[in-house]
Amino acid sequence: MVTRSTHPGRSWTWSRIGTTSALLVAAVYFLLPIAWVVIAATKSPGDLFGTNGLWLSDTPQLLHNLQRLFTENNSAFVTWVANSVLYSGLGAFVATLLSTACGYGIAKYSFLGKEKLFALILAGVMVPATVIALPLYFLLNTVDLVGTRLSVLLPSMVSPFGVYLARIHSATVPDEVIEAARLDGAGEGRIFALVAAPMMIPAMVTIFLFQFVTIWNNYLLPLVMLSSEKTFPVTLGLTLWNSQTQRDPYFYTLVVTGSAVSMVVLVGLMMGLQRFWKAGMTTGATKG
Amino acid sequence: MAFTRDTPTPGVRQRTRLSPAWGFVAPFTVMFLAFYLAPIAYALVDSLFATKSSGLGFGPPQRVFVFLRNYTDALSSPAFQASLGRLFLFCIIEVPLMVATATVLALLLETGKALWPRFFRVVYFMPYGVPGVIATLLWGFLYIPATSPVLQGLKAIGIGLVPLSSTNVLFAIANISLWLYAGYNMIILTAALQSIPTEIYEAARIDGAGEWKLIWLIKLPLIRGSIVLVTLFTVIGTLQLFVEPLVLSPLTTAISSDFTPNMAAYANAFTKNNSSVAAAMAVIVAIIAFAMSYIFLRIVNSKGRQAW
Repeated sequence: MVTRSTHPGRSWTWSRIGTTSALLVAAVYFLLPIAWVVIAATKSPGDLFGTNGLWLSDTPQLLHNLQRLFTENNSAFVTWVANSVLYSGLGAFVATLLSTACGYGIAKYSFLGKEKLFALILAGVMVPATVIALPLYFLLNTVDLVGTRLSVLLPSMVSPFGVYLARIHSATVPDEVIEAARLDGAGEGRIFALVAAPMMIPAMVTIFLFQFVTIWNNYLLPLVMLSSEKTFPVTLGLTLWNSQTQRDPYFYTLVVTGSAVSMVVLVGLMMGLQRFWKAGMTTGATKG
Repeated sequence: MAFTRDTPTPGVRQRTRLSPAWGFVAPFTVMFLAFYLAPIAYALVDSLFATKSSGLGFGPPQRVFVFLRNYTDALSSPAFQASLGRLFLFCIIEVPLMVATATVLALLLETGKALWPRFFRVVYFMPYGVPGVIATLLWGFLYIPATSPVLQGLKAIGIGLVPLSSTNVLFAIANISLWLYAGYNMIILTAALQSIPTEIYEAARIDGAGEWKLIWLIKLPLIRGSIVLVTLFTVIGTLQLFVEPLVLSPLTTAISSDFTPNMAAYANAFTKNNSSVAAAMAVIVAIIAFAMSYIFLRIVNSKGRQAW
């Protein structure tokens, strides 16, 4: 007689100790830089270089560092965070609407060139981002958009991967429901907005999250497009400060504290919405 | 089943009118054309031209069609060849390291033998939320003896490691990518492992299969498609190598301004004002990415059943 043989709750065995130890070693590796930066954010520039990196110094000054971080350079950091939220939030929001509608259209209708269009969009997932960013600079230069917030926002609104996810998740909307709504006299747009889209909300949250993190982490596009500090996202702003450490060592502390703050915010957001990540990646893993 | 999609419902599908699908598909498609396809087309065209200053330097510079000369120039430049070589070396280091780490972590987590599996899953996935730039800044501090507790610890036991020396720098960069994306890839693989029905394991155990046999004969073959996917995305990601070396470059002389093909393209576009050569270099990277994806998929699909 063989019982269900996943064994949580069983006694300590060597394989259990071995597996857990291996996972603990990996956890130390993944946590090390995060622990370092959080501790470093409490230190003065002198202590940053003079004390053990994984231990608090005798004179922690986290509040002082935070205060300088948020006020330095006319509160530049606050502006950068606001810009990042704008680019990522608005960009991901529009991207979600566009790709959900497109994925739904491809899944639920048959039209000429449908599979060719989908193949082209999928190929877009494979194109290296750099191949697009450089020529995009020259293209947007011809229409005077370079340097504006739009030059980062508009390209961020396109998510081919989102179309892929939306097409798969459109399966959660039964065709019978759509037909029934048609028989009741609803137009195609109304059916999507009032019947289909609400059923696809979990998928839409997943698409939003993926795109949000992609835009938040993007460095090349803003680096290429933006030149005024006022329009910088956090990533670009922190590297700007990092390039000024020669002039004033205090910038080391600002960079470290800024990294810690922006990391805590985003990691917190990701952890809070964990179940949506998993939904997205499960579909990403199976055959389309 | 009264109303399946193939039931010809009157008034829904008229051949002569434009399909209502375009109302849904068009907005994305227009943006996709403008911000994906147009730049690629622009790069392809631009890479075939060169800017020549006219005659004695008077008058506006002229655009001249030079066909593939930007490509031959780029490919015959020793610096660009070196950057391509570095990129392949980086690929050879990074891809197996990434796929092996993600697979081992996923298998360990899914044996059902580990304590606190949810805690570990969250910890491993966390770095995915850290921008590459910030991760590189952090690891930069950990690669310098003055601020790195790791290097200080190693030195105390007599190991003098210099992560940013010219021999080690590719490994230092590979480590940053591994740290960023191993957890993300691991989640894709755990999702695949969880979709295997447990009855299969039970049947195998009745037949006397141990844990190793389960892994080699059941788990790995059944998540093959996901491993292929992870490998493919890792290859494409490594070919784009740009941010990590760019941010590390002030810390070491081992990273030049044309360390990777993308850095060379960037330098050509913005410091040397040579957009056509930059375009040619970007197109070369894209062609390599497509070629490697294609070859890789051909290889995995020819062996046994189709993975993708």
